[in-house]
This record gives sequence, C-alpha cells and structure tokens, in this order.
Amino acid sequence: MVKIENLSKSYENGQIHALKNINLNIERGELFGLIGPDGAGKTSLFRILTSLLIPDSGNALILNYNTIKDYKEIRKITGYMPGRFSLYQDLSVEENLEFFASVFGTTIKENYYLIEDIYKQIEPFKKRLAGKLSGGMKQKLALSCALIHKPEILILDEPTTGVDAVSRKEFWEMLLKLKKQNITILVSTPYMDEAILCDRIALIKNGEILTVETPQNIINQFDKKIYNVKSQSMYKLMKDLRGFEHTHSTFLFGQFVHFIPNKIDFNTEYLEKYLLDNNHSDIFIKEIMPSIEDCFMELDQAKSD
Amino acid sequence: MLNNRDIVINVKNLTKKFGDFIANDNLNFEVYKGEIFGFLGANGAGKTTAMKIICGLSLPTSGELTVAGYNIYKQQDKIKANIGYMSQKFSLYEDLTVFENIRFYAGIYGLSLKIILRRADDLIKKLGMENMRNTLVRSLPLGWRQKLAFSIAIIHKPQIVFLDEPTGGVDPITRRQFWDLIYDAANEGITVFVTTHYMDEAEYCDRVSIMVEGRIEALGSPQELKSQFDVQDMNSVFIKLARG
Repeated sequence: MVKIENLSKSYENGQIHALKNINLNIERGELFGLIGPDGAGKTSLFRILTSLLIPDSGNALILNYNTIKDYKEIRKITGYMPGRFSLYQDLSVEENLEFFASVFGTTIKENYYLIEDIYKQIEPFKKRLAGKLSGGMKQKLALSCALIHKPEILILDEPTTGVDAVSRKEFWEMLLKLKKQNITILVSTPYMDEAILCDRIALIKNGEILTVETPQNIINQFDKKIYNVKSQSMYKLMKDLRGFEHTHSTFLFGQFVHFIPNKIDFNTEYLEKYLLDNNHSDIFIKEIMPSIEDCFMELDQAKSD
Repeated sequence: MLNNRDIVINVKNLTKKFGDFIANDNLNFEVYKGEIFGFLGANGAGKTTAMKIICGLSLPTSGELTVAGYNIYKQQDKIKANIGYMSQKFSLYEDLTVFENIRFYAGIYGLSLKIILRRADDLIKKLGMENMRNTLVRSLPLGWRQKLAFSIAIIHKPQIVFLDEPTGGVDPITRRQFWDLIYDAANEGITVFVTTHYMDEAEYCDRVSIMVEGRIEALGSPQELKSQFDVQDMNSVFIKLARG
C-alpha cells in the first residue's frame, strides 16, 4: 500500500536532518503507528506522503503512485488530518463537511455510512461555527472531513496530542471501527500506550527508525530482565538505584520504579540486601513484562551509546 | 516528603462564572509546603480557569483564596512575585541564548546581578549545559528547553511553582529526567502544582485532584484514589470519573 525507499529530508540548508534514509512498507488494511517524540520527523514524513513536501532524495509511493509525479492521484486517495486544527473556523460544522465533500467531487450522502458513527456525535451542533467547538468535537469534525471522500488511506498526525485520557480512548475506539471498513490507517503519536493498539509500529527518533515490528514482537525481543520496585521513599529509591553496581537502567514508571539489571542471571536478593543496607523499608520487587515504553527507552539508549 | 503541614495554597468556595457558564463550581482544597500536587481533569473541565485565579492573573466571582500567604483580592502582585510558572506553550525566548534567558527572567524577579551570575552558573552546571551557555534557545532540542524552562521558573526560589502540561510531546527518557527536577525542587521545599495528561505522571504526585465539569470530584493520594475507586492505576480512576 505504502512503499518508502531511502527517503531523506533536511531543512535550513542541510543543517537539520528531519529524515535520514527512511525505508518502510505498509500493507493494505493495516493500522500502522508511527511512535516518537516531538522532532522525530513524523510530520515531515506525513507531509511527504500527502504530496505537500518534496523530499531531498528517495521515493514514496502510495498504491504505486509517486508522491511527486502523481500528486493529483495521491491527493484523491489520501485523507489527511494535520496536527494543527486546519478546518475553516468561520464555517459551520455542516458547511465544513459539505465543502470538503464538494472539493473531492462527492456528497455527504454518498459516503455518509463511513462517517456516521463519528459525525452523529457532533451532528446536534451542525450549525455551530467550527471555531467555537470544544477540542474533542473539533477532532471528530476533522476526522469526518478527512474521511468524506472515502480515501484508501487515512493519515493522522498526532490526533490525540493534548487530548485527555478519556477522549484519547474514544478516538482509538473510532479508529478500530474504521479499520474494519478496510481503510488503511497511518497514525502518529507521542503516547507509547497507544502503540499496543496498532497492528505494527515504527519507533522513530531524530529522523531515524529504531525498529518496525508488531507491538508484541517488540516486547518479545526485549532481551533483559525488568522489575517493578517500590519502597517507602520513591525519591530516595531512584537515587539509590542509580548508585547500585548491578543497575543497567532505572526509570520512574507510575507507582513503581522499573529496574533493569546489567546481567540476565540477576538475583533479586542482591537488590533487596542493597536496599535494606540503605535503610529502605516496605521493599517490593517483582519481575514483570516490559511495556512498549520500556522497549523504546532501551532502543533509544542503545542508539545513543 | 510531607514533614510539615504548612498550607501554601488555601482555596475556599472558589466559584468563577462567565455569564451563565460556571467554569469553577465551589472548589475547596489546600496544598501543603513541599508537596507535589497534581491538578487533573478532562479538556474543558475548568483547570486553566482555576489555575489563572490561583496565579493571580484573574479574579474569582466569589470565594476566599490565599496563595503563598497572600490574599488573592488585595495582594495579587505579591503572589506573582512568590510563584514560578512554566507551560509547554510558552516558556523561553527563542532568540535569546541560554544565559540571556536566565539573566532576563532573574532580572524580572528583581535578583541582583551578583546573585544572578551565581545562580546562572549553578543552574547551568546542574543541568550539564556548560557547552550550551551561549547557544540560542531556538536551536536547543525540546527536552533541553523544557528542563531549562523549569529551572528558570524556580530561579527566584519561589514558594510554589505552577507547571501547565510541562512534558507534552517529550520523549520518555527526557520526560523522566524532567520529573527528577520536579522531585529535587519539592525536596528543597518548593511546592509543585502540576497539570498533565499522562496518567503515569499522576502516580508521581503526593496528592491529586480530579476536576469534572467545573467541580473537584476526587482528591487524595494516588493510593487513596485507587482504593476508593477499586482500580489498579490512575488511568482507570480518571476514566471512571470522567466517563461517569
């Protein structure tokens, strides 16, 4: 569906390398996640794919259409929701949707079945100006507008950034429903917990892809042990764990500290004794499965070493 | 961390209306010295409105508030001098260097040049930014900018620092390094008042409040709230509350 070959893009006369020789294939019908922090190159990649930006070198193809040569076809088959809200603030909800439908030579009626679930949630406000909508409603309208011409592929640039946990959950429920309509979805996010909902993900940082895999395989490939650790003082625990001779890395993780020892045959009794010697009480140590976030941090560290 | 129970923020019956719309509906809470207080809520729940009032930037419709020992109606200027503020959206001047930003903000808070120079050195050393001292903030990676912005927000050793979604979009390692700075500040007695959409960060707070439609619907330590709602993590607490 999408074929990206040796794609590079730089800005400011080659001083900033946004994308460094990216290679990526996305299958038809996949829900594919591009996971990485701000400045990783996610938006540059999406703008190239949607024909809005020209790469320095390399090729990007969607259904064998080249994003430079065949930009007219590319724009027909892609639905794009940019990171910044970019609908017409001074048109109403309904007018925005009608406008996007007419630009693509279709009608709301023709493809209504695709957007029905999403649009009916904002339909009571269809006479309201888009600029006056709440964040969650703007997001639903933007998604409806990106879908109204029945694109082959939906490209969503950080649709859930700055959105609260409940709205994030609802948005992903909508994406999973769209996937069932056989629309290919490419979505970027800085939230690692959303990665698990994708069929496959690419972890990206500083313009480079760290890995491309199913979320489960990324977790399976984690080759170290990892423990949840807790004691009466999390602040002291963090400081002390950093000074422990068997520490590979240690990071805060919600109510626990994730501790990764520097050898695979690590015995937790060492750790318990070390913490007791350092006056910790209520010590809790338990081996766990890594999360995608653990894997990302491990790959990120390995890259910078 | 909560050895003493000095109250640094005291909010009683805070209500703020915009016409018929009630943005804050009779809020009541206290925040203690050296505490990390998480101020959570869905988009549009009324967090920003309440935060602006507590920072001395807007007045409530009714209610009694003291912040850092000062009255919200009569001593807004004193409040502003005794707090620090940082948000993801606005923090530093991009066309000034690291050192110039420090000097500018410290100057605004009325520190003498002698103290400014000393604290600038300490700050740059603590962050390990010695080789970036004369770098324009524009060319710093986002993670560095945010660590610098936080350190500058407490350069005048305020009683309270307000952080409005300070870690949005930052990579997971940098996000945790940022929380190290928060813990250090709290350990030095600075009260940290923070909003976030990351629910794992809610777990790092001593206490959190959760706003729903203008009201505080839950308030307590993460452990208390998880027991109260009978769930495993703060994300589930949040979803249970906000979804009703």
